[in-house]
Amino acid sequence: MSDSSELLLAVEFAGTGVHPASWRRDDSRAEELFTPRYWADLVGAADRAGADFAFFPDTFGVVSGENTVRGRLEAIGLAARLTTATSRIGLIPTATVTHTEPFHVAKAIQTIDHTTLGRAGWEVAVTPGVVELFGRKDEQDTASLWAEAHEAAEVAARLWDSWEDDAEIRDVATGRFIDRDKVHYIDFVGEYFSVKGSSIVPRSPQGQPLVAVTVTGEETLEFAVQRADLVRIRATDLAAAADLATRIRTRAEDRRIFVLLDVDVLLGDDAAADLARLEQWAGEPYRSDTLVHSGTPASLLEFLSGVSGVDGVTVRPLALAATVERLVEDVLPVLRPAVAPATGTLRDRLGLPRPVNRFVAAH
Amino acid sequence: MSRNTVRKQIHLAAHFPGVNNTTVWADPESRSQIDFSSFLHLARTAERGRFDFFFLAEGLRLREHRGRIHDLDVVGRPDTLTVLEALAGATTHLGLAGTINTTFNEPYELAKQFATLDHLSGGRAAWNLVTSPDAFTGENFRRGGFLEYSQRYVRAAEVVDVTRQLWDSWAEHAPVIDREAGVFAADTDITPFDVHTTQFDITGRFEVPRSPQGHPVLLQAGDSDEGREFGAAKADAIFSRHGTLEEGRAFYTDVKNRLAKYGRSWDDLKILPAATFVLGDTPEEAEERARHIRLQQVGPQTAIAFLEQVWGKDLSAYDPDGPLPDVEPEDNVIITRGRVRHAKDPLAVARQWKAKADAENLSIRELIIEVTARQQFVGTPQQVADEIDLYVQTDASDGFILVPHLTPGGLDEFVDTVVPLLQERGSFRTDYDSSTLRGHLNLRDPHTVTEGARAS
Repeated sequence: MSDSSELLLAVEFAGTGVHPASWRRDDSRAEELFTPRYWADLVGAADRAGADFAFFPDTFGVVSGENTVRGRLEAIGLAARLTTATSRIGLIPTATVTHTEPFHVAKAIQTIDHTTLGRAGWEVAVTPGVVELFGRKDEQDTASLWAEAHEAAEVAARLWDSWEDDAEIRDVATGRFIDRDKVHYIDFVGEYFSVKGSSIVPRSPQGQPLVAVTVTGEETLEFAVQRADLVRIRATDLAAAADLATRIRTRAEDRRIFVLLDVDVLLGDDAAADLARLEQWAGEPYRSDTLVHSGTPASLLEFLSGVSGVDGVTVRPLALAATVERLVEDVLPVLRPAVAPATGTLRDRLGLPRPVNRFVAAH
Repeated sequence: MSRNTVRKQIHLAAHFPGVNNTTVWADPESRSQIDFSSFLHLARTAERGRFDFFFLAEGLRLREHRGRIHDLDVVGRPDTLTVLEALAGATTHLGLAGTINTTFNEPYELAKQFATLDHLSGGRAAWNLVTSPDAFTGENFRRGGFLEYSQRYVRAAEVVDVTRQLWDSWAEHAPVIDREAGVFAADTDITPFDVHTTQFDITGRFEVPRSPQGHPVLLQAGDSDEGREFGAAKADAIFSRHGTLEEGRAFYTDVKNRLAKYGRSWDDLKILPAATFVLGDTPEEAEERARHIRLQQVGPQTAIAFLEQVWGKDLSAYDPDGPLPDVEPEDNVIITRGRVRHAKDPLAVARQWKAKADAENLSIRELIIEVTARQQFVGTPQQVADEIDLYVQTDASDGFILVPHLTPGGLDEFVDTVVPLLQERGSFRTDYDSSTLRGHLNLRDPHTVTEGARAS
């Protein structure tokens, strides 16, 4: 995959950017962080310029430092709010499974798939610690957190199939709105919870909204191999990224997955000076567990042309508003010279088939 | 009535058609209950009509009848908050209200979700709080049917208090975003919470800054004495049942008289009955349409299903156009799950129905059409406008949550014909004069935590 125009391009929308001091820039729009306009502007611009996916990270709890962005909107709500501000981009909120109800998460993601006509995804994540915010559970180790995540993802996948596509019949003669033989209980019984089903929501345009996960260790890698459509990886050089992508694909065997490499990006005419200023505010050099690219739009294009072995990249802007503006004005027009009008679902555009319903297959 | 006279203002809301037999799906005009275009249509119609808010109920388990999924009414609906968020992007002034159960959600997450909706709608969020102690629904959730029936208002009150405490925990001026000093949000501006009650044991700091309304508007339904008291103590609006003018006045006075003991005034709580309506060019045409709609709402199979709820047994062999069954009802057999049971004392109800059917020579279907009929507005636009205004001006309500019987076009005619008449007489706004739902409902802003507690 040497032609960078074939690379999938995702953008992570988090606060004022992933650099903890990014809010201090004059152009950070930090005052607008909790307004709809901020998000509709930025994600809408990325959408119109042809970016493929928008990731919205989320967790529970507020950070302790006064000198970083504190406070966060709920990602599922935010993604849903962007339904009419976007027309093409995949909207992929993170929903942690540790303190939430799998039934609620599943129906919310399914509903975004309905409101966006098939552009929803779900980044599965866990939330270590912060048990005191909920008072319901004891601390869990990583293995336990991800074992629970497997159960939540299994529940969601079954709920998303619990209505067959033609379950709604509106048969006036017999007075029946649905054919109830085509609406199924899921009868999930797990170690962490049990869910009877069925979903309250009829099957959505994609059937199964896309599942994403970020690989940070063995547990997440195993989750990616078994369950994810979009696999976000982190690596500090391109060779390591390609190796990891190969390992994941090999273990996933014939299941089609898309591997996206996280790249922390700072774009500007003098990005080195911009980065130095962020580091000065933070009082420490910027360190990341993945590739960092700071430079001009032209240098980013050059970098992207050298990316291979993965299906795409996820740009994590260090300073969100400024970097998105340059991406949209100077980078995406080169990568996506003609943005096709939105047709079909996210799966359609990725060439992924709409999955056969497991309950139909089981007939 | 002169426009210059200050009249009591009517509040109106649009209820998205639900999953009971009020909603007529067999009509050729009926459209999808799940496509977003249906929600857009109703919300935009309501906003065009300058309604206070849009209302969406919640589903957490498909209803069952005789051990199987009930298939005679509309089945399937979207996630409540997700649709309200999507509508926030497609509307500018309309309030966005949704039912969310407190039994199967934790306060920290609920507070975050509603604060998010309030931010992303610019102050238009409302929460219809329900607390269901229902083990049937609990089968879809981590804790199952954990809540005792007697504890439902205890949990509801604690959830309201805790979520309000979380919403109040960020100072109004936070985050300060002081670039010079390098302070985004000061520790002293985010008051920690430390809650230990019968339902909750939680500590920490909340993560969403104070939202435009401070507290999203709180709606509550519940006709029992306990429910009325809860509403008077905590709610901004009560979602009540529509009845006669006299019943409305009695309910209104009873609930509003309870406000004083909580330091609240009459205007702090709005009474909004849910009402259906049928319009026609003439009174006769409206009556004829109402009859036709009742026949659609109570089809032959639905008539039998209602009867089975009371009799507690399979009556599918009976002819809906024939007489009532001679067999006795089963005592204490509940065959419908996931909705409120129609009859509290089935044996008495069965005897009463049988007597009525015998006396008036009614078939099963004719009887069910009569006994399940509810008070509604039927008439010409002028008649309906007069009646709605009468209810409001004589303190039988502060307005109505209108429930159309058709998805999604069932409100169109009302907005086109009744709303202008209400506006003409000066009882309903001709344009929005506020950007928040609290503003539309003429509710005071909630105090912040530093100013001391007040109910809302």
